[in-house]
Amino acid sequence: MNRLFPCRSGTRRRRIVTRTSRSTLRAGLLVAAAALAFMTSACRQDMHNQAKYRPLRETPFFADHRTSRPLIPGTVARGKLGDDKLLTTGRDGDKSSDVFPFPVTAEVLARGRERFNIYCTPCHGRTGDGRGMVVQRGYKQPPALYDPRLRDLNVGYFFNVITSGFGVMPSYAPQVPVNDRWAIISYIRALQLSRNAKFDDLTQEEKSRLTKESSGG
Amino acid sequence: MAQVFKPSSNTYSRLVLSGVLLGVGGLGLVGYLLNTSPYNTGAYMARSQPVPFSHKHHNGELGIDCRYCHTSVEESAFAGVPPTQTCMNCHSQIWTEAPILEPVRASFRTGQALEWTRVHDLPDFVYFNHSIHIAKGIGCASCHGNVAGMNLTWSVAPLTMGWCLDCHRDPAANVRPREKVFDTTWVADNQKELGAKLVSEYHVQPRQDCSTCHR
Ligand code: HEC
Ligand code: HEC
Ligand code: HEC
Ligand code: HEC
Ligand code: HEC
Ligand code: HEC
Repeated sequence: MNRLFPCRSGTRRRRIVTRTSRSTLRAGLLVAAAALAFMTSACRQDMHNQAKYRPLRETPFFADHRTSRPLIPGTVARGKLGDDKLLTTGRDGDKSSDVFPFPVTAEVLARGRERFNIYCTPCHGRTGDGRGMVVQRGYKQPPALYDPRLRDLNVGYFFNVITSGFGVMPSYAPQVPVNDRWAIISYIRALQLSRNAKFDDLTQEEKSRLTKESSGG
Repeated sequence: MAQVFKPSSNTYSRLVLSGVLLGVGGLGLVGYLLNTSPYNTGAYMARSQPVPFSHKHHNGELGIDCRYCHTSVEESAFAGVPPTQTCMNCHSQIWTEAPILEPVRASFRTGQALEWTRVHDLPDFVYFNHSIHIAKGIGCASCHGNVAGMNLTWSVAPLTMGWCLDCHRDPAANVRPREKVFDTTWVADNQKELGAKLVSEYHVQPRQDCSTCHR
């Protein structure tokens, strides 16, 4: 029943203190020192608000109120050393790579499609035509992803665009992990292919279906 | 000497006794209802925010997927609330002069974080984890309602223990196909049949022992 009579300070909801960039430790769970207990100003009673921090919880201890502390420059997360240069930079020696760092399977392609639809379609549109919803509301229109110029560029180039951004397009490195970037690229290749598919590329079954549908059947 | 108690006293005493019992029970009921009422749990109340961010606009109308902003919801306990940088992906070009977006731009300039008011807030002695619920086909809408239709965000659930357990006892009423998890407007045509089928397909077995949520 401890919700019934919250202490007065309980009327103030707790805050989520976001970060400004994503370079902080993800889910930076800080176990607070006992001394901080009194400073976290318990709002609801008893054990509701304990002297521990959960992700993005606010704290009066630091001037910027963040429990998820910014990373010290140069910090490398465990397992993120990036010693597989092709995987993490899309470069093969000093030129951008022609090949994927891992085999492109049907699962990779499906994952790529899902991720493309989350992170790229707001601007590039579902088919990659560059007419996404945000573009329709005034964002600069990107080139169609199946543009002949882009079709001729190698996969490493695309990796670099996603990782570092391009022109007014922001970097998607904070939102899209390395493996997903490659999956997205495989899907872009599929989109490019689909736009330039010839009738002869289809199977017999698809051909007859297409002829039937286009003749109004 | 005349009788102190007339025969009718029996009826009176019964009335008084049951009145007392009903009163006590009633008070308890009122207390219970008050305690779980939205007034007390804070459900259905939109919270004021530093920027009037609208899910209706961004998700409902522009169609931006939940995961564009809540990036960690699939693989961690915490759903994640987007950093200023995510807003600036678009707002570096769109509505760049709008006064309502000034706090966002100021945060980006100064590095001082935006401080959102929590809408859902479980007590610290409860363990909750988003990723397992998403993986087993529980849609955002089952717990958060139709977020895609909300201007300011509010909660639609009391977040009481009984509420969690209602679903842990009968998940079939809520399980949906995995590809519909992020669509908060989706409703099943035949939830009973579909739920039963998906529960066995996804091996859904929510636990009810205390240590599941109190660890
Ligand atoms: C916020 C809108 C936006 C989003 C989201 C976005 N882009 Fe872009 N993208 C652009 C714009 C605008 C350009 C054109 C940039 C310019 O010319 O200044 C562009 C250009 C590109 C180009 C072409 C580069 C060239 O050489 O012309 C590629 C490839 C690309 N984006 C891939 C992606 C991928 C992959 C994603 C998803 C991870 C993505 N974009 C998400 C806006 C966006
Ligand atoms: C453009 C970014 C963006 C998208 C897309 C987005 N959200 Fe949010 N969401 C936010 C921000 C910012 C907040 C914090 C402000 C608030 O509570 O309204 C938030 C808050 C929330 C909250 C309340 C958190 C709390 O304080 O308890 C829920 C629940 C939520 N979002 C669910 C969703 C769902 C479900 C979707 C997809 C249908 C979605 N969001 C899509 C940015 C986004
Ligand atoms: C993928 C692109 C995108 C992202 C990311 C984004 N917005 Fe927006 N937002 C838009 C567009 C497009 C509009 C205006 C559309 C229009 O003109 O109707 C808009 C409008 C707004 C408005 C004013 C219009 C209204 O009535 O809601 C606010 C406030 C706003 N956004 C806040 C935010 C915040 C805060 C974030 C970060 C959590 C954010 N946006 C992230 C695309 C985006
Ligand atoms: C089984 C119920 C349930 C489902 C399904 C669910 N949530 Fe939540 N969500 C919660 C609860 C409970 C909290 C409060 C957590 C706390 O206070 O620690 C929460 C909190 C949040 C928050 C605030 C940040 C946090 O993690 O505390 C966001 C954002 C959010 N949810 C988004 C989503 C999105 C997006 C989805 C769908 C992909 C989703 N939720 C699905 C129950 C759920
Ligand atoms: C709409 C249905 C629903 C609601 C509401 C719900 N859950 Fe769940 N929960 C599930 C399902 C389904 C699973 C996955 C069970 C499995 O592993 O098969 C689950 C699993 C969990 C797990 C992981 C258990 C484990 O085995 O590690 C935890 C913890 C949990 N829920 C906590 C909560 C809490 C706390 C709440 C209330 C705030 C809650 N849940 C509300 C459906 C729900
Ligand atoms: C599915 C998750 C879940 C399980 C399983 C669960 N609880 Fe809870 N419990 C909660 C939540 C959520 C709350 C917070 C309710 C609130 O804030 O009103 C809670 C609160 C409590 C409280 C504090 C009540 C109060 O008002 O302070 C006690 C005591 C408790 N639980 C005991 C238990 C016991 C004993 C069991 C095992 C029989 C158990 N719980 C199993 C989710 C769970």
